Amino acid sequence: MFVLVDCNNFYASCERIFQPQWEGKPVVILSNNDGCVIARSNEAKALNIPMGAPAFKYKQQFKQQGVKVFSSNYPLYGDMSNRVMTILEKYTPNLEIYSIDEAFLYFTGFDLFNLEREGQRMRKQVHKWTGIPVSVGIAPTKALAKIANKIAKKFMKRTQGVYAIDTEEKRIKALRWTKIGDVWGVGRKHKIRLEAIGVCNALQFAQLPDAWVRKHMSVLGLRLKKDLSGVSSIKLEEIIPVKKGIATTRSFEGTITQFSDLEERISTFATSCAEKMRKQRSSCNALLVFVRSDPHKKGGFSYRNSCVLPLPYATNSSILLSKYAVMGLQKIFKKGVHYKKAGVMIMGLIPTEKRQLSIFQNNNNKHLTLMQSVDRIHKRFGSHHIKLANQDLNRTWKMKQEHLSQRFTTELNEIITIK
Amino acid sequence: MKSEKLVFFRPNQEYHKKMHWAQEGISAGFPSPADDFKELRISIDQEVVGNEEATFYARVSGESMQGAGLDDGDLLVIDRSLEPVDNKIVVCFIDGEFTVKRLKVTKDEVLLIPENPKYQSIKVTEENELIIWGVVTYVVKKL
Repeated sequence: MFVLVDCNNFYASCERIFQPQWEGKPVVILSNNDGCVIARSNEAKALNIPMGAPAFKYKQQFKQQGVKVFSSNYPLYGDMSNRVMTILEKYTPNLEIYSIDEAFLYFTGFDLFNLEREGQRMRKQVHKWTGIPVSVGIAPTKALAKIANKIAKKFMKRTQGVYAIDTEEKRIKALRWTKIGDVWGVGRKHKIRLEAIGVCNALQFAQLPDAWVRKHMSVLGLRLKKDLSGVSSIKLEEIIPVKKGIATTRSFEGTITQFSDLEERISTFATSCAEKMRKQRSSCNALLVFVRSDPHKKGGFSYRNSCVLPLPYATNSSILLSKYAVMGLQKIFKKGVHYKKAGVMIMGLIPTEKRQLSIFQNNNNKHLTLMQSVDRIHKRFGSHHIKLANQDLNRTWKMKQEHLSQRFTTELNEIITIK
Repeated sequence: MKSEKLVFFRPNQEYHKKMHWAQEGISAGFPSPADDFKELRISIDQEVVGNEEATFYARVSGESMQGAGLDDGDLLVIDRSLEPVDNKIVVCFIDGEFTVKRLKVTKDEVLLIPENPKYQSIKVTEENELIIWGVVTYVVKKL
């Protein structure tokens, strides 16, 4: 069985832990340089503030409606994410981090009754220990777990934040409830095509003939259909989360001890994240690098660490991300540790066309052409060994962060004060 | 003060057993196996952080808890995973403000008690919005 744990309004929840007065009030988080809205609390969503809303245009509305505005505080979000994932890891060695705020846990040999109770336990523990509210979806496949999670979130009171699709009856009911556009991995184009033939919900999709799906939606569509029918078929990497963070993380077969080996992995992960972003035409504002030793190995030297690097401007350049990721690794790498797992996550995803331009940053158009050339070279030579000689990564840009909260968990001078 | 009251902390003996000293006949140029252990010094972190994922830090401002040894500017180690039971020193968020007080839970009331006669106890009623945020486990003080 798959268990999908998803943090509710993650960025807003992180801010509220240290400023509980904003609990139950509309909260938005802005991208780097306070450009546009990248995260919203439920209350802000209810006020119809769209994702990507330019901050300067909405300034008046924010003021009138009492919306609390935060600049993005990636070191805080990265640290809180790390705490949540580490707690979840205690439940199973089979944890796949899907993005900064969601993870799939795989369980075998649990009967369902226990799993639902286990889900409640996870939810309570994560909330008590970190203050982050999470929703839990349980189902025999990933696509169904995703839907179960949505139900848990939508009907919070009735489900207590945990929902299991564990009977055929529940599966059918859940699929009928899910609009086709909301199905994991169904993009806008497929949505239009499917609606044109009268497929409006996930149940109708799951009942389509295999041949039709294969013809119009490729192999991935077919696997999605199987997944929705209750036969696990989708690999995690195949569907890219939209609007949220993207993560590339791996457990190594053996362990890695050398910096150069780990560097190669981290660089590859960063490149892979960048490629995923380019595919969906988005750019990110920050990235997180993490490493850890085997948490389930008794004895030995246990070590885990992560580090967040805010980027000077939103980007999806493989080269830039890879460079920053390696810089992050240099900060947290410790000699003598047997590394079992590492990954790169990106945060603050925005559509590339909504990116804020600033006069101090690289010319975006030039950079775009460069990336296209790089993509072509990659295609031909199959790797990412091109480096930019003129890129000075030690240079820092002063960011506009008028509404920045403190780095409550990563900077001793910025912790909360208490009377 | 009698000196035997002082307790000195020593490195964990388990690590010692595994240690190899470079002087014991390892030829030059050969990487010392002790390198792997050189960062294992005494760590205050290990002592005061019982539960890494649930531990947060805060700075004391004011004198309301002086009697309990919490002075202005002291660093608090807060563990959110512990149950806030009667008599614990807790960090809570009440009516829009963080505060640290001793928790008193009786059959019919919940009190937040300062440890300084100049301050008054806070009786928590239904009108108060109270979040018990975490339990204070250590206080770090600069002498």
